[in-house]
Amino acid sequence: MLWTCLRFPQLALDAVRVDTNAQPFEEDLKLPSSRPFDGLRTGQASPEPAPSVLSSRPFAVIDGPLQRRRIMLANAPAEIAGVRAGQPLTAAQVLCPRLCVTPRDEAAERQALESLAALAYRFSAEINIATPDSVFVEVGASLALFGGWPALERRLRSELDAFGFAFSLAAAPTAAGARVLATHADGIAIPTIALLANALGAVPLAASGFDAKTIAALQGMGFRDLHDLFRLPRAELARRIGPGTLDHLDCMRGLAAEALPRYQPADRFQRRIEFSFGIESQTALVFPLQRLIRELATFLIARDGGVQHFALVLGHERGASTRVEVGLIAPQRDAAALFDLARVRLERIELPAPVHALTLRADDLPPLCPLHHDLFESNRHEELDWPALAERLRARLGDEALRSLRCAADHRPGRAWQFVSVIEAPSENSRRSSFSRDAFSSRIPNKSIAAEAAPTKADARRRAAANVSVGSASKMRPFWLLRRPIPLRGAPARVLAGPERIESGWWDDHDQRRDYYIVETRSGQRAWAFVEASSSVDAGTMSHWTLHGWFA
Amino acid sequence: MLTSGSIDTTAAAFESAGFTQASPSATDARPAFRSALARARRDDAALADVLRHPGIWRRGTQPALATDTQPTGLTELDALLPGGGWPRGALSEILIEQDGIGECSLVLPALAALTQARKRVALIAPPYIPYAPALAAAGIDLAQLVHIDTSAADTHWTAEQCLRAGCCGAVLNWLPNADYRQLRRLQLAAETGAAIGFVFRPLGAASQSSPAALRLQVTTSGNGPHIEILKCRGRLGGSPQAIRLRA
Repeated sequence: MLWTCLRFPQLALDAVRVDTNAQPFEEDLKLPSSRPFDGLRTGQASPEPAPSVLSSRPFAVIDGPLQRRRIMLANAPAEIAGVRAGQPLTAAQVLCPRLCVTPRDEAAERQALESLAALAYRFSAEINIATPDSVFVEVGASLALFGGWPALERRLRSELDAFGFAFSLAAAPTAAGARVLATHADGIAIPTIALLANALGAVPLAASGFDAKTIAALQGMGFRDLHDLFRLPRAELARRIGPGTLDHLDCMRGLAAEALPRYQPADRFQRRIEFSFGIESQTALVFPLQRLIRELATFLIARDGGVQHFALVLGHERGASTRVEVGLIAPQRDAAALFDLARVRLERIELPAPVHALTLRADDLPPLCPLHHDLFESNRHEELDWPALAERLRARLGDEALRSLRCAADHRPGRAWQFVSVIEAPSENSRRSSFSRDAFSSRIPNKSIAAEAAPTKADARRRAAANVSVGSASKMRPFWLLRRPIPLRGAPARVLAGPERIESGWWDDHDQRRDYYIVETRSGQRAWAFVEASSSVDAGTMSHWTLHGWFA
Repeated sequence: MLTSGSIDTTAAAFESAGFTQASPSATDARPAFRSALARARRDDAALADVLRHPGIWRRGTQPALATDTQPTGLTELDALLPGGGWPRGALSEILIEQDGIGECSLVLPALAALTQARKRVALIAPPYIPYAPALAAAGIDLAQLVHIDTSAADTHWTAEQCLRAGCCGAVLNWLPNADYRQLRRLQLAAETGAAIGFVFRPLGAASQSSPAALRLQVTTSGNGPHIEILKCRGRLGGSPQAIRLRA
């Protein structure tokens, strides 16, 4: 076992300022817009300071009951002014009148730790969230895969740098030991248990992870570092510091087993970013959106899944919200592609009111099955591009713009075809349509009267059987069908074929009795026209020709 | 080599001067044409110097372009078109006198072949509903067919995206009001994506210049619709006569 402790000493600060911590990501995803962060950066109208100003302003997180607020954590400018953790708020405000404070948000901290655990899940299956500020990662089993500790450490560090939180990390054979080392200094790695006691011995008591009372008591007794404690007889020590602390001391050195609950990645994704002021333009939302999508992508990689549908909820004042749905044809998890699609959708809506919060929800996370192709298949490259193209078209033209056609089991020309959404798998379509065709033809008497049976080639018939609906395989059908039949202008020059009586629909109130003819107009066009059979006139004197299609 | 070249040049000159050739078999019955050929042979030596000028393009000596084509499925048309089919990675413009004269049956066999080879075919804003039973009967695999509705403003954008992406075998467009610049964009997109771009336009557009690699005109006359090739890249496979589309 080799445990790596990722410790986030400024978690309380970083978690509440998640939306301001944006800068490092900017070059990461290559924003198309040149000034994506304008709206956030120049929030002059808001009473709160603009986020980027916060980093250079004294800022602190406060904690404790309302009457006795204490500083929990202060940033560097505040510390320079003399603000320290544990100070009463009033004292801190005297020392630093410009101090900007916000109450501690434990839910945000917990959420941040979950995100970090999801991030670490790429490196190990055994993750443990150790409140209040650490994540343990068992890397012993992953060392061979990632090429040894130095390489793994580099990757961990670059991932964490990208996340933007201040961190320190240490590795040791015990989790508690790793945490103590990470508290003490950054980057210590102890490979074996034999060396651990020595390394821990040098750590001062303040970094030992004991509670403040115990540390104060031990310091009062004249102990300075853990080495002093390790040398004491057990029984005496237990009497002085209590069994809990002694256990901790044993776990650290590997003398007692640690019981750590294993982290389980959530099976849905929801993240929320709140803004301290209302955002009125979509451009300003692009940046937080990018951050959310990035977290989603990290989460999906850790789950080895994809997302097919997610929603952006824009929170307004007084609980109102606008929902932007993003649906995909196939599951995906590429951050750049997801971001592009979500951004286009977001830009297409009108913001009804300033946005105070942005939530990304993804409830349905299907497994991702990447397309498999033959190495020597000729259109391998093309197939890979189709989902991306379809998504791009759908994002701009609307979800329903891309459709596929299908034959339906009906004799009436207006119902012999259907549009189908491209999202459905084509194999499923054909299965369903063939099923319904069988069911149909056995139930409903075939009322179509064939005037003539044009001979078709055997293979054409076979091919047609896979697609074509009842009875129409053998007839000439036009390429174009008019959306609704219109009167044919002028009498046809000659009748080329017909009549073909199509009579159906007596069971669903769309009864049709029509005699269809293939006719040639005076200008040489070939048309599919019909005469209502009820009007009962013969071909010579017909004046009620209705045009229904073109043989183009 | 030189001789055959000059014959073709002369033939081309005749053609451009407004002489049309009714059919190949009628060649013998044209004394004016034959005497012109004889004159050309006599003047070969003098002509050769002139023709060496880089500004002169000689259709006959042009080697057949190694273009990638998709057979049209219509034997006469295949025989005529340079490369033996629709040029891939280019626009093919089909100018029609009116709807319903067989313009789509011109492309149907090629579309059927493409969809059966599992290539996608996109129909962008067609004027009517493509009738699925007819398409299926023509051998088109409907699962590979994508029908795209667009507003008039987005049609060109959509066409360009589909042509450029490289995942569509053929893209069918109906662009009655396209100008040269827009067609040029589509032509370049088709080159990038190696797609066959069909553009259906009214016959009135025949007088406008077009960047399309192939321009066909479909007209109706007394005895049914026929095709004429207005423009193509490379040498025509036969004499540029009109093909009758329907029996």
